[in-house]
Amino acid sequence: MTAYRPPRQFPVVHACAALLAAGSLAVTLHDGLEERRVALAFGLLIAVGELTRRNGAQMREPAPLGAAAALSYALLGEAGGRPTHHGLAQAVAVVLAASLLGSVPHVARGHGPTLDHLARRVLTVGFVAACFQPPYSRGMFDDWGGPAYALLLLALLSLTALCDAVLAAVPARSRTGRPFGPALRDELRAVFGIGSAVIATGAVMALAVAVVGLWALPVFSVPLLLAQMSFRRYAAVRATYRQTIASLARATEVAGYTPAGHARRVAALSRAVGRDMGLTEPELTVLEHAALMHDIGQLSLVDPVPAGATAGLPDAEQRRIALLGGAVVRRTGVDEAVAVVVERQADPCAEQPLAARIVRAVNAYEEKSREGGPGGPLTALEDLRLATAGEYAPEVVESLARVLARSSLTLPMTG
Amino acid sequence: MEAVPARARVYIACATAAALICLLPPPDAGTDWPALTLLAALYAGCERVARSRFVGMSSHPAGTFYPVLLAAAFLLPAPAAALVAVPGALLSHVERRPVALRRIWRAAQLVLGVWTAARVHQVLGGRDAVVTGDCPHLLGPAGAAVLAFCLVLALLDGGRLAVGAGAPPTPLRQWGSVPVRRAWRGLVARSLAPIAVHGLAGLMMAVLWRSPYGPVAALLVLLPMCVSWWAFAQYHRERAAHQATIRALVQAVDIKDGYTRGHSERVGQASMMIARELGMDDERVEVLRFAGILHDVGKLGVPTRLLRKDGPLTPEERRVIELHPEYGHEMVRGIGFLGEARAAVLHHHERLDGSGYPYGLMGRQIPESARVVAVADAFDAMTSTRSYSRARPVAVALAELERCAGSQFDPVMVAALVDAVGRAGWCPAVTADDAHTSRVPPPGAPASSRPGARR
Repeated sequence: MTAYRPPRQFPVVHACAALLAAGSLAVTLHDGLEERRVALAFGLLIAVGELTRRNGAQMREPAPLGAAAALSYALLGEAGGRPTHHGLAQAVAVVLAASLLGSVPHVARGHGPTLDHLARRVLTVGFVAACFQPPYSRGMFDDWGGPAYALLLLALLSLTALCDAVLAAVPARSRTGRPFGPALRDELRAVFGIGSAVIATGAVMALAVAVVGLWALPVFSVPLLLAQMSFRRYAAVRATYRQTIASLARATEVAGYTPAGHARRVAALSRAVGRDMGLTEPELTVLEHAALMHDIGQLSLVDPVPAGATAGLPDAEQRRIALLGGAVVRRTGVDEAVAVVVERQADPCAEQPLAARIVRAVNAYEEKSREGGPGGPLTALEDLRLATAGEYAPEVVESLARVLARSSLTLPMTG
Repeated sequence: MEAVPARARVYIACATAAALICLLPPPDAGTDWPALTLLAALYAGCERVARSRFVGMSSHPAGTFYPVLLAAAFLLPAPAAALVAVPGALLSHVERRPVALRRIWRAAQLVLGVWTAARVHQVLGGRDAVVTGDCPHLLGPAGAAVLAFCLVLALLDGGRLAVGAGAPPTPLRQWGSVPVRRAWRGLVARSLAPIAVHGLAGLMMAVLWRSPYGPVAALLVLLPMCVSWWAFAQYHRERAAHQATIRALVQAVDIKDGYTRGHSERVGQASMMIARELGMDDERVEVLRFAGILHDVGKLGVPTRLLRKDGPLTPEERRVIELHPEYGHEMVRGIGFLGEARAAVLHHHERLDGSGYPYGLMGRQIPESARVVAVADAFDAMTSTRSYSRARPVAVALAELERCAGSQFDPVMVAALVDAVGRAGWCPAVTADDAHTSRVPPPGAPASSRPGARR
């Protein structure tokens, strides 16, 4: 179902990160390490955070502890009451070395450190350190009061998170043609989740190390680890949920009502169209679940519709099946919004919610292109364009055409 | 106020009186009033927001904002610290009646807990360590204070269960009481780990509060905790939705074959009883419950006409129906968490002597999960009314299972079911949502057919 891979970053971003990393390493090797104990303690924490990283979990920040420790090292101006002297170069070098060290077991097990992840880590740490360390060492923050200083750190980290979100949203747009607004909104939403915990912990760690020394590091990691664990469990149960809904969707296939793989293909294509039309992540989830279960109403039929092709049936019959399907979905405890989309998929498009329009058009396209043989996709698209007298929403059909032109999904007949 | 036992009222009154004594002497001009009011407002506000519908944390176990209370215990003298808990507890959102009594009880319990923690912390000299930020040394008193807090809460909760004012109300009982011996079991062990984490967060808050960075920095500590609570609440919501969806898979079968309504849930329950009896760990027991619930999901692939046919089946029709384990496996094989339950769906009609289907496996070749579900399936089929037979009493069904053990069923599983039913009786739920309809006594007593389960 993941026909659309997560974004790969610009090569430009990688090049900047590599340049920064190489420069920092060179300066640090030349000048030597300041405050080895502090550097070692933070390095250790970052490495441990990296060790607890799990690839594949649907979390935007896979190693929150490592990220928080890296940010707080970049913001550290004092340890146990004594000022520290590590600058931008050392901060980047220590974070890079520790991250690489923590990735060794992951590499050994065959899932290497993702370059995107490392590049972003290096760039954010570089940004924070560049904003904080030079003014700090020149004594510009000396006459700031304690609370104001704490707020300054917080503001700096929030700015970093914002830049990071933009950095992540730009390549997503350039690669998939997805509108910038929704992509940025999704990235910002992620910042409010685990991102805010990372920011707060990063700021608090820097302050606490200044007050009580390095003892603060293990103590202050605990709440973040707890948050990380909660998010993992949340992500895991979401993944399981998705598998279950996909299986529920296959009930109609096993029962012989619809062809194999139909629900899965409609879901993947609907998701792509939804992305193209600028839906946000929660809306996309509802759309995907509804697309997976759009044919479930056919289970209530005593005689199967030939080849499960509902697009050719009379309107009243289509609507009846849709209502039956909505009733089944409603009983399943799936999000109410999904049931509404399933129910309204056969309504005239002017009255439909956007998700239902998408499901209707994509379903019709999938059925028609399958019937049409080798030239099926093109004829199907043409059919949809001509039939737009209230049946299929024109903007959805255009978006579908764009998606099909862009991807290789023209005729995904492979089961 | 409904049916609260008199002794429970007396118990709560005693706790409240003790809490009032703890609040003496009232804080005077020497107290850190700004800290007290800020913490109290913070606690009340957080409790209110967290339990509102918007955040939806009502399913979360009680005591979400202990870090604020524990920070108060580390920062303030005992009576002032105890006072911090009062507004939050008295304003807190209570779902079950009697609301006023529950709020008073909650306030009294927290006041006693926080007061004890603050006293312990003070006696051990933790207050000075917090002010100087002397890290390894401030951990000891804080740890002792957290332990005291946890013990007091557990003690009071256990007492409440013992006097019969705490067991969750069921349709049959409004206020259940728990035997005194069992009241305290596991209370401390269950709550110590979460409260220890809350204690660490509270300690950080206290240290930063007294540092030059002040309360602003201290509030930042709460943010990761809030995020983790939010994620935890989402996790619970999603998990509930997921379980509802699993049930929907089963309901999809019901749409086609109304006659077996409730059969899946009951087989799930019987499988669970067997698994428990065999001493499997909780995770496996849960997987076997799903195996039982989903074992017939492949019937979705069988034409409705055959499933609803009343008369005897022709060999051809029988062959079609016997495809259902393979259809079912085809459906559920993509659901990762089901694990060995998937094998059970495929093999639940295999027999020990090799005469079963779809593959005719023999003895140990049949997966253990499938052997469990096979016994549970046969047991429920015999004890419920089908088109071709009336329901048989539980004792007769067990005897029949024992007769077929060795040839058709695994004797180990049959023995486990006999033991489990002998001990706990057979009390199937109609669906997972509904409460128990009726209880069939252990074999020996005359069993009646169960109302409500049949159509």
